[in-house]
Amino acid sequence: MFDIAIIGAGVVGCSIARELARYKLDVCVLEAKADVAMGSSGANSGIVHAGYDCKPGTLMARLNVAGNSLYEDIARELDVPFKRNGSLVLAFTDDDMSTLKRLMEQGIKNGVNGLKILPAEEVLKMEPNLNPSIKAALWAPTGGITSPFEVTIAMAENAADNGVQFYLNHAVLSIQRHSDGKFHIETSGGTFIARYVINAAGINSDLISQMVGDDSFRIHPRKGEYCLYDKKWGSLVTSTIFQPPSGLGKGVLVTPTVDGNLLIGPNAVDIDQRNDVDTTYDGLSFVYEKALESVPLLPKNDVITEFAGLRAIADGEDFIIRPSRRAEEFIQVAGICSPGLSAAPAIGRYVASILNGVMQRNGHRLEPKRDFNPYRKGISRFSDADWHTREELIKKDQRFGRIICRCEMVTEGEIVQALHRNPPALTLDAVKRRTRAGMGRCQGGFCTPRIMEIMERELGIPMEQITKKGDGSRIVLGKIKDFLGEDAGC
Amino acid sequence: MLSMKADVVVIGGGPAGLAAALSCHRYGIRDIIILERDSHLGGILQQCIHNGFGLHWFGEELTGPEYAQRFIDQVEKAQIPYLLDTMVVDIDEDKRVYAVNPKHGPIEIQARAVILAMGCRERTRGALMIPGGRPAGVYTAGMAQRLINIEGYMPGREVVILGSGDIGLIMARRLTWEGANVKMVCEIMPYSTGLIRNIRQCLEDYGIPIRFKHTVIKIHGRERLEGVTVAQVDDARRPIPGTEEYVPCDTLLLSVGLIPENELSQKANVQLDPVTGGPVVDEYRQTSVPGIFACGNVLHVHDLVDYVSEEAEIAGYGVWRYLNGLASQYGQHVDRRVKIETGYGVRYVVPQRILGEEDVELFFRSDNIYDDGVVELTDGQRLLASKKFLRIVPGQMERFKIKKQALSGIKPGGRLLIRWRNLA
Repeated sequence: MFDIAIIGAGVVGCSIARELARYKLDVCVLEAKADVAMGSSGANSGIVHAGYDCKPGTLMARLNVAGNSLYEDIARELDVPFKRNGSLVLAFTDDDMSTLKRLMEQGIKNGVNGLKILPAEEVLKMEPNLNPSIKAALWAPTGGITSPFEVTIAMAENAADNGVQFYLNHAVLSIQRHSDGKFHIETSGGTFIARYVINAAGINSDLISQMVGDDSFRIHPRKGEYCLYDKKWGSLVTSTIFQPPSGLGKGVLVTPTVDGNLLIGPNAVDIDQRNDVDTTYDGLSFVYEKALESVPLLPKNDVITEFAGLRAIADGEDFIIRPSRRAEEFIQVAGICSPGLSAAPAIGRYVASILNGVMQRNGHRLEPKRDFNPYRKGISRFSDADWHTREELIKKDQRFGRIICRCEMVTEGEIVQALHRNPPALTLDAVKRRTRAGMGRCQGGFCTPRIMEIMERELGIPMEQITKKGDGSRIVLGKIKDFLGEDAGC
Repeated sequence: MLSMKADVVVIGGGPAGLAAALSCHRYGIRDIIILERDSHLGGILQQCIHNGFGLHWFGEELTGPEYAQRFIDQVEKAQIPYLLDTMVVDIDEDKRVYAVNPKHGPIEIQARAVILAMGCRERTRGALMIPGGRPAGVYTAGMAQRLINIEGYMPGREVVILGSGDIGLIMARRLTWEGANVKMVCEIMPYSTGLIRNIRQCLEDYGIPIRFKHTVIKIHGRERLEGVTVAQVDDARRPIPGTEEYVPCDTLLLSVGLIPENELSQKANVQLDPVTGGPVVDEYRQTSVPGIFACGNVLHVHDLVDYVSEEAEIAGYGVWRYLNGLASQYGQHVDRRVKIETGYGVRYVVPQRILGEEDVELFFRSDNIYDDGVVELTDGQRLLASKKFLRIVPGQMERFKIKKQALSGIKPGGRLLIRWRNLA
């Protein structure tokens, strides 16, 4: 029995979990997949938007700007990478110039600081690799970059450290409200009972909402595809380069990532299937051609991977954060598309205040926990450390001297740490997202079998049961000789 | 930090590094250290348990581990020191090598000469930009080889192989032996990039079809691979609409090229050849940085390990010359070496620079299949040397020996051209 059940362990669910961990509450997070950040939170641009492109007066605008200003604290407390590298929206035509002006006015209304329209010469001085035919650009110094899955993982770990219980591989199947007002949540891993439910199920939040009879919104998945470049192109631009926004989104961007790669994308395609994260030839070509308009030097080769993510767009295109009209104790946090990552820290606080309101009407209130610890220490990174720190790390644990992933210089020590954190890394992708092992130019070609050996040893999972990303994604399908004799004549 | 000095640091204990260290030793150099990132010497050969190695070098047919062991035994006998589990993290132009291992922690070695022998890596799905889902079951051929031969596990049952590189061909046979069903090999080019003997022994002997001018245009599946769409391509390698075919499979192996691993070389400001992906070297395998040498697959991708051993021998000789002040190409701070450029029919040549004080052997690859012709070396006006070939193919590295006398008149700092000429 829990006070609160949060459905969905994306950046929104984990931010709420961390926020609620500050109070005397029993909180659980139910996640269908094998890790946190497996939906939109794991596949997006990683941008902390300044907040000039949201319509003034929307929840989106308010929470974006508020969330953005919280990122220094998030980075410091949770030991996650964050860089305020600033962003530029380029203008190529006279029409674009008026778009820049509109964005700037909008930004000022939203409370975004430091916005400036810069002439081309000045922009090109800042970013010499941009298309020289630009007319001007809107400069937003508060724009930033972070690692979306690291933020999510860090929020989850900090929440877990403060008592929140995470249930991975627990897909919610149905929700019943009993006469005592409690929610009985049936999952693939058993039934959970909770007084309050927070629906942070991302792309599936409308389906979860329907389980309590609330049909008030629909989620429309909108796919975005990306190409990630080798680190040797990581400094082609230093700020995040946008084009004037299109009808369907913020347009194709070119940005350094916080890990030192270069990222281009996304396109924006409305799709029917909620699990369609296929990349497409047309999509990737479009992304490349568009990005080329901003940065003509962009190479055709040296892409190390491509991926697609889904934006969870609700009717009306604003965030939906409010108690359900069917049951006040069921709080909707839905339609959190871009700028969801930017807004996430503020969403956590906002949901806590809504929850407090509902609780007060029920004669309860949020009581702060004295021993809440806001700090979380990340895995010690060999590649980022200086030689002195490396020496200290190896002295304490020899495994920090054995490099497993050579492209990203990840040691056995880091992988072992990732496997034993809470929530733990149970899949290869989970290890990758916590340590970067397998994220480099060889894409796990060398280190995958070695990581599997470590997982087998540390977690006791037999090699054949190790998966890439959860159920149904086993890496190997049997031992050698197992398939012999299956066909007659062999 | 552990601080050391060495006359020669060899980075990599695979076939190239081992042979280079032994070559140095044979020339009388004693202060050598081999740094190997894996927990054993021998490099990738240890997972190449098939035979066919050593025909040129030893005159007999060996498996990969056997071939490696011969060199390891010699290294042990010569008492050349080596460090295992030791990853080189950084190197600079002054030949300071920074490495790390669990036992010693960080290590700094000031070398007089460095031999780069880090080998290569495989091209990935991401580099090819094959669209579709991102399920488990899409592996490079080399990774599948490790899973089967070292770990003892089967990557899958129903297999499609993209690319007819040698590792892919070898894996087609290996998987078949282990009871998997290899449905086809797709090759985007009209010819194989692998050795002819591997096409025969690994595909034809087992009735595995190879489809030339075909590629994979989509990957299906969310969790585990469910199938691939293959299509025929036109001469510009674009998929031809209407030729798409869905092939159900749980495993896609990629054997689509190897890339010399030169991230470390670049830290030392070693100049790279954009075609080979490896350093630009002279006939002693010295790179653009004096005292830094390269050999094996880090320099250019070889088809036969025998040739790697041979090239490593040369690098060892080059190091000996360098340590004894015979590497005179930088006399008076002027690079006296002659640049060799590639002309018609020749994709690349190694070495790309020559001094020409001794006989030189050029290694080259063609950019297409050519029959009945000669490869020529000219200085623009004069034909310096030529060699007849009945056929040259991109999948097979060819050799071209040049006598010292032929190079006697070449101008220091000048240019030579290597090209193909059809006789028919």
